[in-house]
Amino acid sequence: MKSAVIVFPGSNCDRDMEVALTQTAGQPAARVWHKDSELPQGLDVVAIPGGFSFGDYLRCGAIGARSPIMQSVVRFAERGGLVLGVCNGFQVLTETGLLPGALMMNAGLKFVCRDVHLRVETTESPFTSAYGNGGVIRVPVAHHEGNYITDEAMLSRLKGDDRVAFTYCRPDGTDGGNPNGAMADIAGILSENRRILGMMPHPERLSDPTLGGTDGRPLFQSLLETMATA
Amino acid sequence: MSAKEPEVNQSLAADHGLKPDEYQRILDLLGRTPSFTELGIFSAMWNEHCSYKSSKIHLRTLPTDGPQVICGPGENAGVVDIGDGQAVVFKMESHNHPSYIEPYQGAATGVGGILRDVFTMGARPIAAMNALSFGAPEHPKTRSLVSGVVSGIGGYGNCFGVPTVGGEVRFHPAYNGNCLVNAFAAGLAEADQIFYSAASGVGMPVVYLGAKTGRDGVGGATMASAEFDETIEEKRPTVQVGDPFTEKRLLEACLELMASGAVISIQDMGAAGLTCSAVEMGDKGDLGVELDLDAVPCREEAMNAYEMMLSESQERMLMVLRPEKEAEAKAIFDKWDLDFAIVGKTIDEDRFLVRHGAEIKADLPLKALSGTAPEYDRPWEVTAAPSHLGDVPDLDIAEALKALIASPNLCSRRWVWEQYDNTVMADTVVRPGSDAAVVRVHGTEKGLAFTSDVTPRYCKANPVEGGKQAVAEAYRNLSATGAKPLATTDNLNFGNPEKPEIMGQFVGCIQGIGEACRALDMPIVSGNVSLYNETDGRAILPTPTIGAVGLLEHLDQVIPMAPKRGDILVLIGQTKGHLGQSALFWEIWGRDEGDAPPVDLRAEAKAGQLVRDFKAKGLISAAHDLSDGGLGIAAAEMALAAGIGVAVDGHASLAPLAWFFGEDQARYLVACPEAALAAMTEAAVATQVSLRRVGHVGGTEVVLGEASVALATLSDLHEGGFGALMGES
Repeated sequence: MKSAVIVFPGSNCDRDMEVALTQTAGQPAARVWHKDSELPQGLDVVAIPGGFSFGDYLRCGAIGARSPIMQSVVRFAERGGLVLGVCNGFQVLTETGLLPGALMMNAGLKFVCRDVHLRVETTESPFTSAYGNGGVIRVPVAHHEGNYITDEAMLSRLKGDDRVAFTYCRPDGTDGGNPNGAMADIAGILSENRRILGMMPHPERLSDPTLGGTDGRPLFQSLLETMATA
Repeated sequence: MSAKEPEVNQSLAADHGLKPDEYQRILDLLGRTPSFTELGIFSAMWNEHCSYKSSKIHLRTLPTDGPQVICGPGENAGVVDIGDGQAVVFKMESHNHPSYIEPYQGAATGVGGILRDVFTMGARPIAAMNALSFGAPEHPKTRSLVSGVVSGIGGYGNCFGVPTVGGEVRFHPAYNGNCLVNAFAAGLAEADQIFYSAASGVGMPVVYLGAKTGRDGVGGATMASAEFDETIEEKRPTVQVGDPFTEKRLLEACLELMASGAVISIQDMGAAGLTCSAVEMGDKGDLGVELDLDAVPCREEAMNAYEMMLSESQERMLMVLRPEKEAEAKAIFDKWDLDFAIVGKTIDEDRFLVRHGAEIKADLPLKALSGTAPEYDRPWEVTAAPSHLGDVPDLDIAEALKALIASPNLCSRRWVWEQYDNTVMADTVVRPGSDAAVVRVHGTEKGLAFTSDVTPRYCKANPVEGGKQAVAEAYRNLSATGAKPLATTDNLNFGNPEKPEIMGQFVGCIQGIGEACRALDMPIVSGNVSLYNETDGRAILPTPTIGAVGLLEHLDQVIPMAPKRGDILVLIGQTKGHLGQSALFWEIWGRDEGDAPPVDLRAEAKAGQLVRDFKAKGLISAAHDLSDGGLGIAAAEMALAAGIGVAVDGHASLAPLAWFFGEDQARYLVACPEAALAAMTEAAVATQVSLRRVGHVGGTEVVLGEASVALATLSDLHEGGFGALMGES
């Protein structure tokens, strides 16, 4: 699996993502500077990491979405490439229009960093297939603007097309535990072709037993398996 | 801005915080009246914040050496060897005065300043902590200060991308008029790739890098060296505004620049900005510096020399670069879209020459600016013996436990740490809420542990024992996490040093800290002094915050705080039931009576070593240090961490309140399988540490002798305490 991590000047989870991708894939993930205009050749996966791409003092991800490299990422996605956006990466993906909706300030108005529980709502995607029958996973969130919103029509399309990948829940899988007020408890969504995933929680931060959990790892394994069977 | 400069005289000097004798010293030094800009430069270099003029002679008594120390105090941060060619670089620094005036920006720029101190040395920041002291929860300003300071710390650290993994939050009416914000940062560097501030080479370009210079913070360091009064609101413009995004770019650019070999010396622009950094580089390198202010990137129009020299605009660096590397350096600055400019050069004479326009605005002997700064041996008096401990009222143990666990000073700090990104960088092994936080040394199986501690109640009652206790508690927190204590940074917050009783507190605490650091082999490698923490003549509690770092050779040595079901509980260390200055007396009855608990440093060293040995031998499953609230609170905290009940037996001869809530030092509560007890007892006897089995882990209640409280009830009280004091529930 050949992967690359996009690096904006204010990215700060780029190394974490690079480590998680490299560990899963067994080959180093490339780092691609936002000012570059072309992605490396032969990529399977592009990851847009968390952080504060351009300080994000106003609309998170808005400036990042207009970086030179993003045009290349959009073309890559249009060709059916796999794109993963985590946290700020999710915000960037909504700002580029690759994913619908927007991420507003948390309902509690405060930054929130904690482990949350997620229901894996679909295993029918290149990002979630290794989660078996779905179930509940635990991964951290760390954001100030993770309150997902879209219009009702889009929400029913997302649900109808099985494009909600993860929802916040309680540890036992019941409704609740939403840290940011996101609509329909949405933590992550898929694109129409299911090859783009945007999510607020950080699977790359709990993919290592030393850090107290490995529930993020199957997401990267899903990608690897997808590539192996493609 | 009018071009006309004010006339320099004694009264203007007084407005700059310079005392008459200090002004006379300037006149004698120069043999003439200083220019307006020169006066500003002197006031910046000679204020308490920058010159340590009241504290220096006492700070010199602190132990700063050891085989592990690569660089002690005097540089931007301390550097300590952690083996394998790597070093941890750390420091703690206060941003008290600005945070009280403008909590969000004050705290944010405090974080920015300490991060810069660390990466200026060539280290990538890997952990941050902050020790916060606020006034009484019911004081009208407290909530807004807590809310602003916490979101400011989060706002800066989260964007920059350093995990904020620990710290302290305390409430006491003595901080009603002066909150304390002590920011700690630690970074990781190659031991042979540390960068220092001493310039070298004549005619070398002095390069300015980072954010543009504005009028923010002009006179900030001078403001931070004075008491507060009713005019405080007018001081808001002296607080700087932080831009963590620029700081992040500055970090990456500096590390790339250092790796390129272009950097000869580097100094961040912190307090007193351009003045302090340029003088520091010249002084340490025995060189003069010539600055051309026309080249300084400015954010505002028509800034004059005085303003540029005193601006405390954030996210700026000054460096001396190798001229032959200019093209590479420029490419790095351009990559990160950072402003840079060659603003001067090093010169071969003892001179600080500042030009602006066609004029020379300052022409001063450089060495004299730092070298001859005033130094005072201020009069001090020994702190009076503490009051006698009065009668202990009768109180049900279960009620005492519930009241303490919900109290503002002992309830869960989750409300605070959830606003800090504590897992970014994906190396946080032990998160906030434990004895010490542990961060993995990236790419290795080693860990660094971080804690910050002080008990100001103890320091007020007995500065010497209080000073010792702050270090001892840090030592315990590291040991209880399985780490070997390495070294220490101190952030000494006190009132007005011109008052002998305040100076006495300072001297006493330093004595205690020095003794403890020697006995526990935790040399002080960096630090900061914040004096004049007084409002309308009322001083804060003496608060010498100790930030300490420990090393875990392997992460399998981490000792969790949460015990396992079926474990037994074993108390290490001796209990006499010391209730003087205890949390029980203060939190429940509002009584700050009696002496601080005595600290036996030999007992501390032995007990800490024993706990680490137990872990190395695989005997224990959990450990927790005993501090505020003693055995009862420690047992409850372990139960809460595990979500499992605990039962602790009563004591045959001590009164229940003294046994469960006494605050004798050098104690730990550990959990282990019953089968381990024999081996542990043997080891304890051999090292003459007392050890006794006191209870077991299991059930759904916290049982203290005859009393019991449902764990669910305690959890609600503990978790809800902070939100309640913030008025959120």
